[in-house]
Amino acid sequence: MDNHTGFDFRGNIRDALGNSQLRKNLKFAMTALAEKRRAIFTDKARFEEMRTTVNAIRKRSLSKLPELLDRLEKKCTENGIIVHWAETTAEANDTVLSIVKQHGATAVVKGKSMVSEEMHLNRFLLGNQVEPIETDLGEFIIQLADETPSHIIVPAIHKNRGEVGKLFSEKIPGTPYTDVPEELTEIARAELRRKYYETPVGISGVNMAVAETGTLCLVENEGNGRMCTTAPDVHIAIMGLEKVVENLTDVPPILRLLTGSATGQLITTYFNMITSPRKAGEKDGPKEVHLVILDNGRSDILADPELRQTLLCIRCGTCLNHCPVYVRIGGHAYHYTYPGPIGEILTPQMEGLETAGTLTTASSLCNACSEVCPAMIPIPDLIRRLRNESYDTGGSVKGHGYKANPLEKVIWKGWELVNRHPGLNALSTKMAGVFGPVLPKAGPLKAWTRVRNRPTFAKKSLHELVKEEGVSDE
Amino acid sequence: MRNHYPDKPKRVYFFGTCLIDMSYPEAGMAGIRLIRREGVGVIFPQAQSCCGQPAYNSGFPEEARAVARKQLRTFPADYPIVVPSGSCAGMMKVHYPHLFEGDPEYDAACRFSDRVFELTEFLVHVLKVRLEDRGEPVTVTWHSSCHALREMGVTEDSKRLIRQLKNVTLKELERENECCGFGGTFSVKQPEISAAMVADKVADVRGTGASRLIGGDCGCLMNITGAMGKKSVPVTGQHIAEFIWERTNG
Repeated sequence: MDNHTGFDFRGNIRDALGNSQLRKNLKFAMTALAEKRRAIFTDKARFEEMRTTVNAIRKRSLSKLPELLDRLEKKCTENGIIVHWAETTAEANDTVLSIVKQHGATAVVKGKSMVSEEMHLNRFLLGNQVEPIETDLGEFIIQLADETPSHIIVPAIHKNRGEVGKLFSEKIPGTPYTDVPEELTEIARAELRRKYYETPVGISGVNMAVAETGTLCLVENEGNGRMCTTAPDVHIAIMGLEKVVENLTDVPPILRLLTGSATGQLITTYFNMITSPRKAGEKDGPKEVHLVILDNGRSDILADPELRQTLLCIRCGTCLNHCPVYVRIGGHAYHYTYPGPIGEILTPQMEGLETAGTLTTASSLCNACSEVCPAMIPIPDLIRRLRNESYDTGGSVKGHGYKANPLEKVIWKGWELVNRHPGLNALSTKMAGVFGPVLPKAGPLKAWTRVRNRPTFAKKSLHELVKEEGVSDE
Repeated sequence: MRNHYPDKPKRVYFFGTCLIDMSYPEAGMAGIRLIRREGVGVIFPQAQSCCGQPAYNSGFPEEARAVARKQLRTFPADYPIVVPSGSCAGMMKVHYPHLFEGDPEYDAACRFSDRVFELTEFLVHVLKVRLEDRGEPVTVTWHSSCHALREMGVTEDSKRLIRQLKNVTLKELERENECCGFGGTFSVKQPEISAAMVADKVADVRGTGASRLIGGDCGCLMNITGAMGKKSVPVTGQHIAEFIWERTNG
């Protein structure tokens, strides 16, 4: 079925489902996050109003994206921020590296940035003799564990404090075991403080970039983002090109739903608005600020009016928190940078259906994701669209038609025939009643009966019963 | 999630759903009887089949459209179409317009969609039924199917009907809004995840101590009762139409 794909999704799923600690951790953490969110959006009508606003802001931004990016570049340049464009992740990596090298740096401090994960920037820097130091607590933890983020917002959500304590005591010299969160935070803080001052280059993501003013907005809770963007002499911000909004007034509604959806917070501890490097007479701040704007397939997504909605995403991760599939298998099972429902639609479009299309099967289309999405992305509809494209040799998404096979086509054609012709329909229902109980367990029935009893078929169909009861036919 | 409902009609169409047709015909009969008992005539077009959802969700929109088109033509008069399933009703009410976008039958599909009602929604809001319980005391629990909940917005209506039954105690599931793991072809395309989801749902059902699980969608019921049967969990599953008919006609 999905043998063409670039990774073993089935195997990942089995491993994740078999890991009882992981499943316990995820269930506990996701329940907490979902409850915190629920506590903040108590008024359903008000919530619907807010997300209608956010949806409209994001749609407007996307509808004039080239123009806004142009304005953003002009404004940033006026403000003294140096803007770079990258069509591919390789170009973006090269840009970052050349800036790092220009300043003779051998290490960089990093705030949390999913785009940098998308670029596999850490691996790239390491390969070029530059040490990337993750400073977000969750990122710090997973870097010690030599892992990647398993969630967009809470990268180490798959680990509990006991696991973190063990990791710290093993990987940080002279650290005794503790599982007290405050002590663990203190250990990480002590490790990182020195590095902000010693390291000449800081890297961050961007939550929103404002075209009107050339402002880079950065949302965070730990203060590490602010350290990375102010203490080093050079700050490199990286963003996907869809992150631009038109005006400053667009920021508050998005920020409100971003923090509420992500962590159930009314506001975060830090909200950074970066508009320029250090000005003459100012005592702190970087001397140079760079903005790297990455495409990596986003222009293609933008070109399709339906799939474009993927780019409405504000990366709050709440679709993950509410997805019954994500909650059971965790982020790493999805293999790529963006897991969960948003990853199911974003990744196959970026990587191509033939490599990542199998991700779209990881949804029961229960709609829990679209119910909570603050940008009102119709994720289930887009999953369906990508499933269609997987079979459609005349489709438009990269890798479309990769699943096209005569057998499935014939099966669904047969299904169509049976359901268009009442005689055939009656016959097949009759046959299911007669042969259903004695069918050998193969194919779908085998998958079904592993944990469930065989479906039963009635002796008389509803079609037959209504006739006997004298229910009118027309 | 409608703002207003029509007055009680003289006649309605009944769409039986293919799963009820094949495996749960008594649930369909109970639905028809509940409507007829209120003095409303029921028409069951024999030419009806499936709403098209299996193909629609699996990547075969053309085949889905062909079958959906057949349904458009099978319910020609301007009567409400009552469906004893939140999932099939959701397909016909929410997704038909999308499915027929750019098709000559788009307008017909929209008019058809407007006439679609889920059974318990119809009983509560249009027929305004008052149920008289004639059964022995029983404790039940209720499973909200995802599409009844998030596409049709009718699960409160279903529960309202159960609460009308004075000898029935309704114990709610702890994670009532979480998918049971059926999802049509999902259950066989991702069998391991689906198995994990239904196992949790079964544990939740057991946790209520109820002796019966009531649901409004036969897909979910087949999934959950199938898993309970395999583990010999002593809880029976039943479609809400059959349950209500049994309680009020005894």
